Amino acid sequence: MQLNARIPSGPIEQLWDETRFNMKLVNPANKRRHSLIVVGSGLAGGSAAASLGELGYNVKCFCFQDSPRRAHSIAAQGGINAAKNYQNDGDSVYRLFYDTVKGGDFRAREANVYRLAQISVHIIDQCVAQGVPFAREYGGTLTNRSFGGAQVSRTFYARGQTGQQLLLGAYQALERQVQAGTVAMYPRTEMLDLIVIDGHARGIVTRNLVTGEIDTHLADAVILGTGGYGNVFYLSTNAKGSNVTASWRAHKRGALFANPCFTQIHPTCIPVSGDYQSKLTLMSESLRNDGRIWVPKKKGDKRPPNQIPEEDRDYYLERRYPSFGNLVPRDVASRNAKYVCDEGRGVGETGLGVYLDFADAIRRLGRKAIEERYGNLFDMYQRITGEDPYEVPMRIYPAIHYTMGGLWVDYHLMSSIPGLFVIGEANFSDHGANRLGASALMQGLSDGYFIVPYTVGDYLATNKLEKVNESHSEVRNAVACVQQMTQKLLAINGKRTVDSFHRQLGKIVWDYCGMSRTAEGLQTAIDQIRELREEYWHNVRVPGSGDDFNQSLEKAGRVADFFELAELMCVDALERNESCGGHFREEYQTPDGEAQRDDEHYSYVAAWDYRGYGNREELVKEPLEFEYVHPSQRSYK
Amino acid sequence: MRVRLKVWRQQSPSAKGKFVTYPIDNANADMSMLECLDVLNEQLIERGEDPIAFEHDCREGICGSCGFMINGVAHGPLQATTVCQLTMRHFKDGEELVLEPWRARAFPMIKDLVVDRRSFDRIIASGGYISVSTGSAPDGNAILVPKESADRAMDAAACIGCGACVAACPNASAALFTGAKIAHLGILPQGKPEQDIRALRMVTQMNAEGFGGCTNIGECTAVCPKEIPLEVIAAMNRDYLRGSWRERDNLVTTIRPFTEWSTGSKLKIDPNAGI
Repeated sequence: MQLNARIPSGPIEQLWDETRFNMKLVNPANKRRHSLIVVGSGLAGGSAAASLGELGYNVKCFCFQDSPRRAHSIAAQGGINAAKNYQNDGDSVYRLFYDTVKGGDFRAREANVYRLAQISVHIIDQCVAQGVPFAREYGGTLTNRSFGGAQVSRTFYARGQTGQQLLLGAYQALERQVQAGTVAMYPRTEMLDLIVIDGHARGIVTRNLVTGEIDTHLADAVILGTGGYGNVFYLSTNAKGSNVTASWRAHKRGALFANPCFTQIHPTCIPVSGDYQSKLTLMSESLRNDGRIWVPKKKGDKRPPNQIPEEDRDYYLERRYPSFGNLVPRDVASRNAKYVCDEGRGVGETGLGVYLDFADAIRRLGRKAIEERYGNLFDMYQRITGEDPYEVPMRIYPAIHYTMGGLWVDYHLMSSIPGLFVIGEANFSDHGANRLGASALMQGLSDGYFIVPYTVGDYLATNKLEKVNESHSEVRNAVACVQQMTQKLLAINGKRTVDSFHRQLGKIVWDYCGMSRTAEGLQTAIDQIRELREEYWHNVRVPGSGDDFNQSLEKAGRVADFFELAELMCVDALERNESCGGHFREEYQTPDGEAQRDDEHYSYVAAWDYRGYGNREELVKEPLEFEYVHPSQRSYK
Repeated sequence: MRVRLKVWRQQSPSAKGKFVTYPIDNANADMSMLECLDVLNEQLIERGEDPIAFEHDCREGICGSCGFMINGVAHGPLQATTVCQLTMRHFKDGEELVLEPWRARAFPMIKDLVVDRRSFDRIIASGGYISVSTGSAPDGNAILVPKESADRAMDAAACIGCGACVAACPNASAALFTGAKIAHLGILPQGKPEQDIRALRMVTQMNAEGFGGCTNIGECTAVCPKEIPLEVIAAMNRDYLRGSWRERDNLVTTIRPFTEWSTGSKLKIDPNAGI
């Protein structure tokens, strides 16, 4: 199989303009004759559905939540980047482009990233006009902060709820189109299969989560904005409902899945407190500005932290990285926390935690200053753990929180199935092997508001699509597949709950395909995943029926897909014999323990082609070329 | 720790509901209320019983999915906290907790602790937005917004749409929810052109949904996990009054408050049809 990424040639600044000019347009009067399906209502899906509705297309938008406003984009805290250079500190489209390519450890497409940086400035304008209450200066202009180690202040924010406010902006735009009659909204409706006819995506099969009805929806194109797959780890900062099912079922119908092993671990989360734990809570990275990270020098030192004298403490980040200290990037901070815990020096009841200590900062700056900077975060920590971080050091541990991999898309954000577009976190596009802070919101809205509305039009104008109806054999086949799987899950009636399997699967993936990976460990993981999957299909218990509201059944289908994805993640990680960004293979590190990229052999996108249940997927490579930003080694010593 | 959960069980909208008591012997002070239900549900499934249906998603207090009454208080006893962030240490050992769904005519029952809140979406669809299509925005700094206005708008915009305000109100009024959006958009200069008609449309839709009227009791703001201030209701009333005078020649239509869940090719009603 040959992949054509459809990247135009020419100077990078002109590529998007030229692409837009060369696109065929759909006559305004004809737009309403085209029906489109958007799955997902987050920043990407919601903004795409609203924008396509405004253009006059007939749009159906689906989400599994009870309202489109609940999509997990809502939980993003920090902010959204844009190359506005309002602060006059030397930012530019080119600098945002450069930072993003470099931050992604040279595993992203230059053309896509440049376009993202160009569009970033329009996103802010659009959101302001919608009434997003961004933080302001006293003079009434927009304010910015620096975020995620960037040297310029380009991050726009709305308190600690930027994702919420941007999503509500998109949601309101979407509801406006619902009222206008251009978008029909289907909440509590989950996509369970993709309908492909004559090689083109033509519709989806859905389950109504209230009545259990299986339905088909046909259209001229399908757009997936269904988010990432972090929940394969069971414990993550993702919402409980976030899942890979829509992407995975599309993958099984022929859409290539790219770089599944590129996952991001966030270093500052509240540690797991017990085996009942259902999810992990993120604490803002800004805490590392004033907190010092340490563990006891001795293994198994169970003394309370304030009884451990200075000489028995190991400030391991300050020791190993004297110039960056506690401010090393996310992947480095996370990995080192894992190392000290693996050595048996972790803190807290589970031994999976490190201290983030504010005692020095409080001594130096006074309690009041720390309260002003981090008061709300300290309150949240205390609410959840019952400990007062002004008195006792916080305990933190890394957790999975974003997935850079996803369905492969070309420059038009179209997958390897014509007519299937993939946007936001669900695609693999712009972040390479590591995403920078405040870039996820930017990408979701860029794809949804400003890219896919054009590229879908070009697809419709250049493809003559036959009319299809529900009696087509491919439609009936897809419905039958969904019904069969539902019945199969309900019929097993084994002994173990869906969650118990999911938890065990997550632990395997976390242990062997998490913060650091080895060839041996990955092989072990693949064997264990296969074994557990076998047990799943014989011993899972899904109570209730398929004909009504059944949350266990919803989970059961999603976990079945996570099993298959988990194996592909390990296969991908095993195949990539280098370390880059969030993918750290212990065999490939510099003498001082840092990630060692291999640009000569691995400067490509690894796109995987499904080859049938239980078979090894086929690797298709899309080579990456860097004409503008030249690959270099990251160093934080 | 031990607690007893007295939970409202109702198989479907038409079935008769009842309270069922479940003793929990292995609760942990660090677990959240929802994790306590998770543990119970695992036991129920293993025993071959139907697990308790409850709504949840982000579990960090921002998506607005979760929420039920605990001993008659929406989201339970801790201020400014949704049930997903409410840990068990806030209850006494041996305590009985009565869990009930939001009860309001405009929130029809689905199952156990899950209700249908699409009426909130319809209130937003009726006018809770600024009519600006993608691509037509001026530069973000072209219109200055005083910091104080941005801050006040943000206070109102923090609403997560959970429905606790309705559940807590003796009249089942949605005034705090509706007022929060009217205030958020009305405070900002970008929202001024539609300020009158927006309030008129949203209040009309709110009434059509069967929410009760506001009698200034203030239970809503007391239980609100985002502490939306009561003054948004005053803003709503002011804008509504002005709107009903200035826009008196405009016909205000409402969206039919539908409760059906039919979908797909079998869609029997048009969710977009204005009446």
